[in-house]
Amino acid sequence: MSKKYQTPLLDELKNGKWPSFVNEIEKAAEKSEMTEDLLGQVEQSYNEKAGHWKHGGMVGVKGYGSGIVGRFSDLPEKYPGVKEFHTIRINQPSGFFYTSDILRKIVDIGEKHASGLFNFHGSTGDIQILGAKTSELETIFQQCVAHGFDLGGSGSALRTPSCCVGMARCAKANYDTMHICYNITQAFQDEMHRPIFNYKFKFKFSGCGNDCTASIARADMSVIGTWKDNIRIDQDMVKEYAKKMNLHKYVLSKCPTKCMSYDENGLKIDDSNCTKCMHCINVMPKALRPGIKGGATILLGSKAPMVSGPRLSMVLVPFYDVAEDAKNDYQWFRDLIEKIWEFWDEYGVSRERIGELIQRVGIGNFIEAIGLEPLPEMVSSPRGNPFVLYEEYVEADEGQGESV
Amino acid sequence: MTDETKTQLEEAIVNLIKEFTNKKRFKPGDIVKEMEAKFSAKGVTKDDVKAAIRDLADSGRLIYGYAGGSFLSLPE
Ligand code: HEM
Ligand code: HEM
Ligand code: SF4
Ligand code: SF4
Repeated sequence: MSKKYQTPLLDELKNGKWPSFVNEIEKAAEKSEMTEDLLGQVEQSYNEKAGHWKHGGMVGVKGYGSGIVGRFSDLPEKYPGVKEFHTIRINQPSGFFYTSDILRKIVDIGEKHASGLFNFHGSTGDIQILGAKTSELETIFQQCVAHGFDLGGSGSALRTPSCCVGMARCAKANYDTMHICYNITQAFQDEMHRPIFNYKFKFKFSGCGNDCTASIARADMSVIGTWKDNIRIDQDMVKEYAKKMNLHKYVLSKCPTKCMSYDENGLKIDDSNCTKCMHCINVMPKALRPGIKGGATILLGSKAPMVSGPRLSMVLVPFYDVAEDAKNDYQWFRDLIEKIWEFWDEYGVSRERIGELIQRVGIGNFIEAIGLEPLPEMVSSPRGNPFVLYEEYVEADEGQGESV
Repeated sequence: MTDETKTQLEEAIVNLIKEFTNKKRFKPGDIVKEMEAKFSAKGVTKDDVKAAIRDLADSGRLIYGYAGGSFLSLPE
């Protein structure tokens, strides 16, 4: 079929053995004129090394301040099909489980009322229906709602919480990621649909240190599975692995804290020094499993390198007994979040993420305000400043001597 | 909060945004702070203001926009 635009640069991206987004856009373009214009505009951008999308504006569905990401072409005369090319975020189910039937229904909506292109899934976790005109937004929203789906978050709001497949499919999960993700999503609907924050806020729940949602780098609040007791060892299976590979080379020497030993008596782990990094368990999944006292570490503050540079989350709560809190509808966790948001609301400035605020005011002031005790685990790196400032409450400690 | 206060609160929010049309973009958080202070004598809380914004957006009297951050405005 004849192409509307010659796209030599995009064509380069179809080479190689891996799937190509260009192939997919071209397939969608066979059915949709707007998607042909998308190819034209993207080719021009590659040529000029400059984007042609304008952001923002007054696009949305009635009542919600979030869920639609406005995108306009700055070359609407040349590419009328992408004059309005908005993204609709649909809140994915916990763990991304669907029936093929419901997927077909969502896809039909996107083909009929938008460009026929989707992201499964955006980095927030949502299903993204791409390329909707302003006039189609309400229809798409209503049809998704009719199938039991709601919009996700965007703008200065709680972004759609997301989680790994957790206990539904993964033996490494230390807590039920899907359950808490669903619960928190329901509990904070208002914060998600009606932006009220200084900036975005993301939750991601990973069942273990493999962190399949990459929460450590992408979520303001990262909840990552861990365990309190010992790694479970099946010594017979360890011997099987030892027949096939060099345990010292591939497991023991790669343990970050070198807390394992192996000899004719079997594998020993000094669990008090294990950081739950998951390496040994990943290499020998049939021999090793996380302990049975599972829970999560709650970390705070990561973000991508937007406004200011990138950050990783830092430890806030070393061990959170998720299963215990689940019995109480996660009330402890919800209270913690509310306190953090209150602090952010009170002291944060516009477009300042929580991690940046904490860096600005100091972790000490922050944890005091939200009512947590300072703990060694909160230290993310050795201090660069040798000077110690003693707080008055240390001096007040009787019998401890005067502070300098 | 009485029905009368609620009506006054909603009018105050709409008027504030009307007054500053094309001059200032109001983040929902700014409005909450502003109205909480203005109506504190009548016992209006943060949640009351949030609920009022929600009603105004649901009824279409206010709409949300986005330009580097979310803001509230009158429908065009
Ligand atoms: C060229 C000569 C010197 C250089 C380049 C120098 C450099 C420095 C630097 C970089 C610091 C650390 C400041 C900080 O971490 O904020 C420091 C601290 C200090 N220096 Fe020097 N210094 C010099 C000479 C001296 C001399 C001659 C003395 C004393 C007789 C001295 C006594 C100190 C003291 C006591 C501190 C610690 C200050 C405090 O605890 O507040 N320095 N110096
Ligand atoms: C009676 C004499 C002195 C006393 C009681 C004294 C006491 C101290 C104390 C308490 C500290 C802080 C240590 C810490 O906790 O990090 C310090 C640091 C320091 N003092 Fe002295 N000092 C004396 C003499 C001197 C002299 C004569 C010099 C240099 C000529 C000097 C240079 C420094 C420097 C450079 C530091 C900073 C060390 C660091 O930050 O690593 N002090 N001193
Ligand atoms: S993060 Fe851990 S528990 Fe979750 S899917 Fe990945 S390996 Fe499994
Ligand atoms: S989980 Fe990591 S730190 Fe713990 S024993 Fe295994 S390799 Fe070592």
